[in-house]
Formats: sequence, structure tokens, C-alpha cells
Amino acid sequence: MAEMTKTLTGFAAAEIEKKQGAVRAQEQAVAQEAAGTAEYTFDVTDMDLFYGDFQALNSISMKIKKHEITALIGPSGCGKSTFLKTLNRMNDWVEGCRVTGKILFEGKDIFKEVDPLALRYRVGMVFQQPTPFPKSIYENIAYGPRIQGIKDKKKLDEIVEKSLRQAACWDEMKDRLQKSALGLSGGQQQRLCIARTLAADPSVILMDEPTSALDPISTQKIEDLALELKENYTIVIVTHSMQQARRISDKTAFFLLGELIEFNNTLDMFTNPSNPKTEEYITGRFG
Amino acid sequence: MISVEAKKRKDACMTRIFVAGAAFAVILLIAFVLYVVIDGVSGMTGKMLSFGPQGLGNMFFNTIYLVFLALVASTITGIPAGIFLAEYAKKGRLTHWVRMAVETLASLPSIVVGLFGYLVFIVMTGSQWNLFAGALAVSILTLPLVTSVTEDALRNLPSSYRNGSLGLGASHWQTIWRVLLPACFPRIMTGLIMAAGRGFGEAAALMFTAGMSTDINWTNWDITSTSCPLNPFRPGETLALNIWALRTEALQVDAAQQAAASSAILMIMVLSFSLAARYLSYRIDKKMGGNK
Repeated sequence: MAEMTKTLTGFAAAEIEKKQGAVRAQEQAVAQEAAGTAEYTFDVTDMDLFYGDFQALNSISMKIKKHEITALIGPSGCGKSTFLKTLNRMNDWVEGCRVTGKILFEGKDIFKEVDPLALRYRVGMVFQQPTPFPKSIYENIAYGPRIQGIKDKKKLDEIVEKSLRQAACWDEMKDRLQKSALGLSGGQQQRLCIARTLAADPSVILMDEPTSALDPISTQKIEDLALELKENYTIVIVTHSMQQARRISDKTAFFLLGELIEFNNTLDMFTNPSNPKTEEYITGRFG
Repeated sequence: MISVEAKKRKDACMTRIFVAGAAFAVILLIAFVLYVVIDGVSGMTGKMLSFGPQGLGNMFFNTIYLVFLALVASTITGIPAGIFLAEYAKKGRLTHWVRMAVETLASLPSIVVGLFGYLVFIVMTGSQWNLFAGALAVSILTLPLVTSVTEDALRNLPSSYRNGSLGLGASHWQTIWRVLLPACFPRIMTGLIMAAGRGFGEAAALMFTAGMSTDINWTNWDITSTSCPLNPFRPGETLALNIWALRTEALQVDAAQQAAASSAILMIMVLSFSLAARYLSYRIDKKMGGNK
């Protein structure tokens, strides 16, 4: 009798196991499908941007692919930074800024279907000047999770360590977590800012000329980091340095006077630009 | 052409004038402090230092308590006003009027504020002279200072603090509360020290509001009783007011000595308060600045 009960329970357990397996498989299938449709992180269609009466961006359409580095190049004032800031709606804070057209982030319209604060959790940003807060290194990294409402100390510890490791900062900063972040060098501060962005758990990192205030060695570290991070993140980087675009990006977009002149694989663009203006710019004839 | 000699002579001469100007300010302060303290301490008696009806202890306590209340009042109105002006106000008519109101408040004569305080806080509420009314009157005087210091402090922060925080998906309020205000804490602190200095020395605004008498029973801790030290709704003469009263209408034989002693105590109090507050804000600054 006892044996029979045992067999029955065993049978039931196996049945449950099987059902759960089926559910899991289904979930996986759904996730895969979602990933398939979201091959592009950003899908920008016909976007215009105005500062008051001035039109800064003119009819931009561009698809930014997942887990790639997309570089935005062009002379100063061409609208590349403006375009970048639109992707996580940081332009909302600029007075008189108006955007028309459509931007889909992971299939959702960022102006209609996503809350700007939630959008910025997913689309992190690294600025030209490192922007550490006057707080300890630990508090800087924990800032993103904290504003999202994570209070558990253990969880925060984990996030801080993981983010610093991802940004290749852990070894040099682990012994000074409670020291002020303002005591770090410029290059360290910039990597700290990348770690801080990662801690907020984004899927995209926007970088606005992240190395233009740094020395060559720090620049190289940031570039190496970007190449490592693209395994898991989509990166869009604005750069003044064409060498940098060439070294690290998969795709390059060339902006000029508010228009997207050319958008192509980096290698193709630099070896064989299709637009004469692009050629003039990358060969250094203007800009 | 001017000779090199003449140029050098003139240069040396001007340097001396500038050094003399700076030295004069320092010497003036030191001499002043020494004179007041020595004058006050020499005439001081044990009775003056007591917390009894004849002593200055009660007024000492009243001064601190009043300044504390005034700081609380000007902090809870002035800091939000400063935040509004720095963070929310767009260029326009409203901002213009708010700023003008704040600037006008700053130029009000304190005796007028005292009279206004008397009419509003005492007559209109039908209450007797009390510390709370005095604190409110002083806070009217310190409000513009706290507001403008807060506004300036926020405006002078690097925009990177704001961008960094907003870029992480923080709301405007989270940015202000968690990043901007802590970052300008030392400067706001300095503003509050200056506001406190105003409170310590204020007499005119308190004459008709805080009252010219004090009656504290240090064993009475029933907050509703008018002789309880912590009851803000009791008359409370401050040291500055006491100095004025003693030198104008007092009948005591040792009025001059008492006034001198009051001045000395007030002076030492202000100096030690401002040194302590400066040290505190220096420590905070250092902790955040990464020099540690």
C-alpha cells in the first residue's frame, strides 16, 4: 500500500514536472519571438526636431540594431548630440524643444507608450564631461537602483559590485567604495559613470562624446569597455573622432546640418562612402 | 616716460595701502571683540551668570531658542522659495514678481517689521507678547537671505549633477532631494549662519513681538504653562533687547555693567556659533569633495 502511494505521488510529481516544462518552453518561445521582432532597439521614422522656430533635425529615419555599436559623426552643430538626447527624451528638459515623427524603442512609441522616467531606466546615458555626484563611489553606483526603489542593502551591494566589475572598475575601486567619487581621475570618473548607468539595468547606453575630455590611455580603456559591453547592450555613441568611430563602431551615421546624410556599415562607409559629402568629411576636407 | 624707479615706488606704495586696508579690518574686529569681552567680563558678577530672575541666563536661553525658531521658520519657507526660483521658475512675469517681493522684503527696516509683527501676530491673534511672534518677525527679515542663498547655491552647481541624475531616470524632485540639495548643503548652511547672526543681534523687530520681560521657572516642564522654558508662546526677552533696555530705561545701579556683560555673552555666542557652523560645513564639504 505504502509503495503504491509512493508510486502515485511519484507519478503525479512527474506529471507536474512535465506540465511545468511545457509552460517553460512556451515562455521561451514567446521570449524568442519578442526578441526576433525587437531586432532593432530603436526604429526612428521621419523625425523632425525644433528648438523654437529653428529646425535642428530634418526628417531623420534610422534603425538602430540591437547589440551593436552605432556611431554618430558629423561637424559641430550638425544635430548628432540632439538626436542622441532625443532617444532617451533628455530633450524634454530643453525649453522650446519640440519633436514630431515616431521613435519606437523595443517596439513601443517613446512619446506615447513609454513613460520618460521608465524609458531612461532602460536607455542610460553617459555624458561628455564625467558627471559623478559629490557622493561616495558606492552611493554613486547605488543611485540608479535607489531611485527605482531598491532599498535592500544586500541587493544594492550586489548591484554595485556587478556594475563596477562590468565597467572594469572593481579592482581599482573596491577598497575605496566609501570615498568620494570626486577624488577619482577623469578617466576613472567616466568609467564610474558608465558603471552607474549599468547599475540602473538599461538595455541601451547612449554615449555623448564620452572620451573627448579624456587622455589617450583613458580613451582606450573606455573604447575597450564599449566593445565588451556591446555583447549585452546596444550602444549609440556620438564622437568627434572619426578614428574612434572606425575603431569601435559597427554602423556609422553621418549627420550634416540637421540631416542624416548617410547611414551604413562602418567599414563600407569609411572605405567606400556613397555620398560625396560623406567622402569630403571623412577625408578631412571640411568639419 | 615714467622711470622704472618711479613705477616700483608707486607699486610698493599701493601694495602697502591694500595691506593696510586689510589689516585695518582685522585689527578693528579683534580690538572690538577684545574691548566688548573685557569690558563685559570685568563687571560680571556670579549673579549675572545665573538663570534666576536677576541673571542673564534666561535671556541667553531665550536668544538661542528664538534664533532656533526663526531659523526653522525661515528654512521651511525660504528654502522652498529658493528651490522654486532656481529650478522651476521660467523667465516671465511671475518669476519677476516673486524675485521683486523677495528683494523688497530684504530692504524692509526691521522696526517696521517689528511693528507689522506686533499688529499681525499679537494684536490680530489677541495674544500677549511671545517668543513665537518674535521668531516669525525675525524670520521675515531672514527669509530673503535664505531664499537668495538657496537659489544661488543651486544655480552654481555644475549642470552635470542635474543631467547625470535625470539621465538615470530620476524625477525632478528626486534629483533635487538626493543630488542637488546635498551638494549645495554647505552653501545653504553658510546662508543659515548669516541668518542666525541677524537673529542673534536683532532688537528692533523683537521689541513689540517677543516682549521685554522674561519669567522662566526651570522646574516647570508643562509646555502649556507660560513659565515653562520651552513654551514658545511666552514672553521672552533676548540679550540684544536686554542691552537696549538696560541702556535706555533701566533703573538698576549696575545697569551699565549688566549691559556690558550681555554684550560680551552675545558676542561670544555669535562667534562660537559661527565658528562651529563653519567647521561643520567645512567637514561636510571635505567629505564630499574627495580630499579625505
